[in-house]
Amino acid sequence: MNQMKLHRTAREADSVIVRFAGDSGDGMQLTGSRFSETSALAGNDIATLPDYPAEIRAPAGSLGGVSGFQIQFASHRVFTPGDRPDVLIAMNPAALARNVAELPDGGTVIVDEAAFTTKNLNRAGFETNPLEDGSLERLTVHAAPITKSTLTALDEISELTKREKERCRNFFALGLTYWMFERSLDPTKKWIATKFGLDTPVGRANAIALQKGYDYGITAEVIPGTVLVKPAPIAPGRYRSITGNTATAYGIASVGQQCQRPVVYAGYPITPASDILHELSKLKAYGVETIQAEDEIAAACMAIGASYGGALGMTASSGPGIALKGEAIGLAAATELPLVIIDVQRAGPSTGMPTKAEQSDLFLAMNGRNGESPCVVVAPRSPADCFDMIREAFRISTKYMVPVFFLSDAYLANSAEPWRIPSLASLPAIELEAPTDAEGFLPYERDPETLSRPWAFPGMEGFEHRIGGLEKAEGTGHISYDPANHQHMSELRRDKVERIASDIEPLEVDGDLDAELLLVSWGSTWGAIHTAVHQARRRGRAVAHAHFRHLAPLPANTEEVLRAYPKVLAPELNLGQLASLLRARFLIDIESFAKIQGQPFRVSELVHRILELTEPA
Amino acid sequence: MNRPALTRKDFQTDQDVRWCPGCGDYAILATLQKVLPELGVAKENIAIVSGIGCSSRLPYYVDTFGFHTIHGRAFAVATGLKAANPDLSVWVITGDGDSMSIGGNHLIHALRRNVDLNILMFNNRIYGLTKGQYSPTSELGKQTKSSPFGSIDRPFEPLQLAMGAQATFVARTIDREAKHMAATFHRAAAHKGTSFVEIYQNCNIFNDGAYAPLTDRDTKHDTQLLLADGEPLVWGKEGEHCIVRNGFDLAVRATADVDPSEIVVHDERGSQGYHQALAALTLDPEAPVPMGVVRALDLPTYEARFTAQIDHAAHASHPSLDEIFVGRHSWEIGA
Repeated sequence: MNQMKLHRTAREADSVIVRFAGDSGDGMQLTGSRFSETSALAGNDIATLPDYPAEIRAPAGSLGGVSGFQIQFASHRVFTPGDRPDVLIAMNPAALARNVAELPDGGTVIVDEAAFTTKNLNRAGFETNPLEDGSLERLTVHAAPITKSTLTALDEISELTKREKERCRNFFALGLTYWMFERSLDPTKKWIATKFGLDTPVGRANAIALQKGYDYGITAEVIPGTVLVKPAPIAPGRYRSITGNTATAYGIASVGQQCQRPVVYAGYPITPASDILHELSKLKAYGVETIQAEDEIAAACMAIGASYGGALGMTASSGPGIALKGEAIGLAAATELPLVIIDVQRAGPSTGMPTKAEQSDLFLAMNGRNGESPCVVVAPRSPADCFDMIREAFRISTKYMVPVFFLSDAYLANSAEPWRIPSLASLPAIELEAPTDAEGFLPYERDPETLSRPWAFPGMEGFEHRIGGLEKAEGTGHISYDPANHQHMSELRRDKVERIASDIEPLEVDGDLDAELLLVSWGSTWGAIHTAVHQARRRGRAVAHAHFRHLAPLPANTEEVLRAYPKVLAPELNLGQLASLLRARFLIDIESFAKIQGQPFRVSELVHRILELTEPA
Repeated sequence: MNRPALTRKDFQTDQDVRWCPGCGDYAILATLQKVLPELGVAKENIAIVSGIGCSSRLPYYVDTFGFHTIHGRAFAVATGLKAANPDLSVWVITGDGDSMSIGGNHLIHALRRNVDLNILMFNNRIYGLTKGQYSPTSELGKQTKSSPFGSIDRPFEPLQLAMGAQATFVARTIDREAKHMAATFHRAAAHKGTSFVEIYQNCNIFNDGAYAPLTDRDTKHDTQLLLADGEPLVWGKEGEHCIVRNGFDLAVRATADVDPSEIVVHDERGSQGYHQALAALTLDPEAPVPMGVVRALDLPTYEARFTAQIDHAAHASHPSLDEIFVGRHSWEIGA
C-alpha cells in the first residue's frame, strides 16, 4: 500500500453508477434507498434497481444470499440504473464474487476487510484471497476496516451486543460513500431519527456509524478523492422517489378516492406483487377495500363479484397466478363486467425466478382464456408511469365493460425514480355511468359508438336481470345457442376492444420519420431503449423509437408507423412476443432481439445492436 | 316507502325451465319462489349466484338479479358481491360436485369467514349435467359412467365437512318435503352468517331413488330424524326410537328401553363434538338421517368486521391522500 500522503482530488462527473452488495441480512436495500433519497435531494436525477436474492434467509456469506442495490445518479435525465457499476461496495466475499465481473477496468471496489475470513472466502468459492492474490489488479480496490471501525465507534453503547453493533456497519459504509460523493448526512440522520429515534441504542449506534464512515473518508486518505455530480435540470415541482408497486397502489387509491364507488381489491400473496396488497390494505380510509383471498382463482372471482355489485373490482398477481385466473377472466369478458388485472411479471415458466424481471406474459394476457375472449392490455413504462397507467386501466375497464390487463414487472415493481407528485384535484375524473330508466332496460343493449353495455347492479330498483358465462342473445342477454347470434356476439366482443383504439393516445415516435431503423418496445424496457437510441444518435446513427403503452388494442396509427421504416427491431425480455404479434397482424418483417436472463437490457448491448443494423452517418 | 307486497309471481321469469320432467329441482325452485316474497326484502336487494351444474341453472328462472358464474366459484363471487354491498340478500345455488369437488376450497373458506350468504346445496349424489359421473357424495362402490367397476372414493358427509370448516348454520332438508324446505329456507335467511343448507334432491334420470328410504311413505318415519331445538331426539310413527349418548358417539335405542332423561335433547348451539356426532348418524346405515337445523350459532359475520374496519379507518384521524402521496421524504425543485 502506498505510504505517502495521497494528493486529494475533487472532480466532477456527469453520472455515476454505484452498487451496494452484501449478505441479505446486511441491510443493502436500506443503504441503497437512503443513498437514493440523498442523491435526489441533492438535485440529481436518479434511477435505481434492487437485486434481491430469492431465498428469505440464505446461509450467511453464501452466494445465494447476496442482496444488491444499484443506483445511477446524474446531472442529466437518466432512464436506467446503469449498465455496469462504476463503484462497488461489497460487504463480504460472496458479494464481491457475484458482482466484481461487472465492473469495467479501473472501476472502484470498496470492501469490508474483516469479512474476508477463510470461512467466508470458502463459502464464496474463493480458493485464495482476491485481496491478496492479484486477481483484482484491473480495479482500484480499497479494503476498509468497516467492521472494525464500527465496533470501535460503538464501544460505549453497552446496551447492544457485538452482533447488533456489527449490523450497523452498513451505515458506516453509507457514510463513507456519502463522503466520496460530497453528500450531506442530514437526510439520513433525519431518517434514522424518525425510524429509530436518536435516543434509542439502535438509533444512536446507526447515527454514530454513519458519521464515522464519513469521517473515515476524510481522515484515512486511502481513497484519493471525491466526485461531485451536479444537479440535473428537472421541471419544477414537488417530487418524491417512488417504486412501481407503490405508484400502482397510489394510482388505485386515487381512483377509489375520486369515484363514488369503492375499489375492491382481492389478491393472494405472490412475489413480486404482494407489496401492492400490503400498501392498499393500509388505505381503508380512501375508498379501497382489500380482501386476501384463499387462492388466486378466488381472488379473481371476488373481484368479479364486486364488479357485479357495482364496485371497481380488481386483482393482482404474477405469472403463475394469472395463469390460474384464466377461466374467471373469461367469465368477466363473456359477461362484459369491468375488471382490472395486474400482472407484475416475473421470469417464468412455471415458478421460474420469482424475484427476476421478464416480460413473457404478453401472450398470456392476449390469449390466456378459452375461446375468443379479447381483453384490453396496457403496460406502464417506468415506475412513476404505473400511477398513470393503472388509472387508464380503470378508465377503459369501466367505460367499455371489459377486463383490462396491466402488465408491470419485477423491475418496475421494485426500482424507483423521482415522481412529480400530482394533486388529486388535478387528476381527470373517471366517469362512472349507471342507467337511470328501468323501463325497457336490456342488459346487453349497446351504445352505438363504444359497443359497451349498461352497468346495472343489485340494489337498483327495477333493473333485475340475469347474466352468466353461457352465450347470450344480443340485447336481452337470454341464453342463446343460435349460430348467427354466436358469430355476431363473438365479432362484437372483438370489435368493442378494437374500437378502443380511437379512444387512446396514438403511437408516438421519438426520432425522424426517415430514420433507417425503428426500435419498438413495451413495458419496462423503455428506459434502456430510450437511452440507447439517444446514444446511437449522438454517434451519428439514424434511429427512432416507438414505445407501446397500449398493446390491445394497438394504437390506431401502429401500422402506419411500422411501415414508415425500412427496418424494425423489437428488443424484448422474452423470446419475441410483441415481435410475433406485430408480424402476424401486419405481415411486416420485424426483427426480434430476445433477452431472457432475468436481467434488464444493458444500454451497451442495445447500442451495439443498433450499430450493427445501421450505417454510420 | 310503501310498495305493494311481493308475491310468488314477482319472482317468476318468462324463461322456459329446462330441467328434466320429474327433477327434484322444480320443487326447490317453487319453494324458493314462495319464500323470497315472504322475507320482507325489496326485490332489487336479492341476488342469486350459482356455479355450474343442473342446480346452477336456477337463477335464470327467478326474476331477481342473478349471476350464473363458473364451476365451483360461486362462493367467491358471492363474497366479492357482499363486500361491494353488504346489505344484499345473497343466495348461492350449488350442487354436490360444484361445492365439494372443484368448489371445495371456496366453500370451506366462505364458511370459515362466515359471510352472510344463504347456500342451497342441491345434493343428488351424482353429476347430472355432464350425464352421470360419480360425485364426492356418491357412495363407495357406486357404478357410474366414470366408475364402471364401482367408485373407490369414500364420500364426504356434507354437514360434517361444513361444520369442520367452522360453519355457523348447518341444516338439511329434502326436495319432497315442501313445508320443511320452506321452513328451513326461512331459518337460513334469518341467520346472520353463512347458512349451509343441504337439500337432498332426486335426479330421476341419473340417480333415481337415491333418497327413497327417506321419502317412501312406508319407511320415512323410521329413517328421518326431524330436529327441533330443545326437543328430544325421538322418531318413529309412535316415537319408538330415540338417541342416547354412547361415549363420544350417539347411539340408537328403543325409547321404551331408556329413561327419558337419557334421551339427547337437540341443542342448535351445542358443542362441535355433539353436532359432528349427530351428523355422523347420516353415515350409519342403522341410524336415522338427521333433518332440519343441526347448528345455528350467532357469531359476527365477515362483512360486519369488514365494514367495521373500514368505518373505523374512515372516522379515525388520517392524513389526506395528497399528504400520503407526498410522504415523508419529498423535495422541491424550484422554477
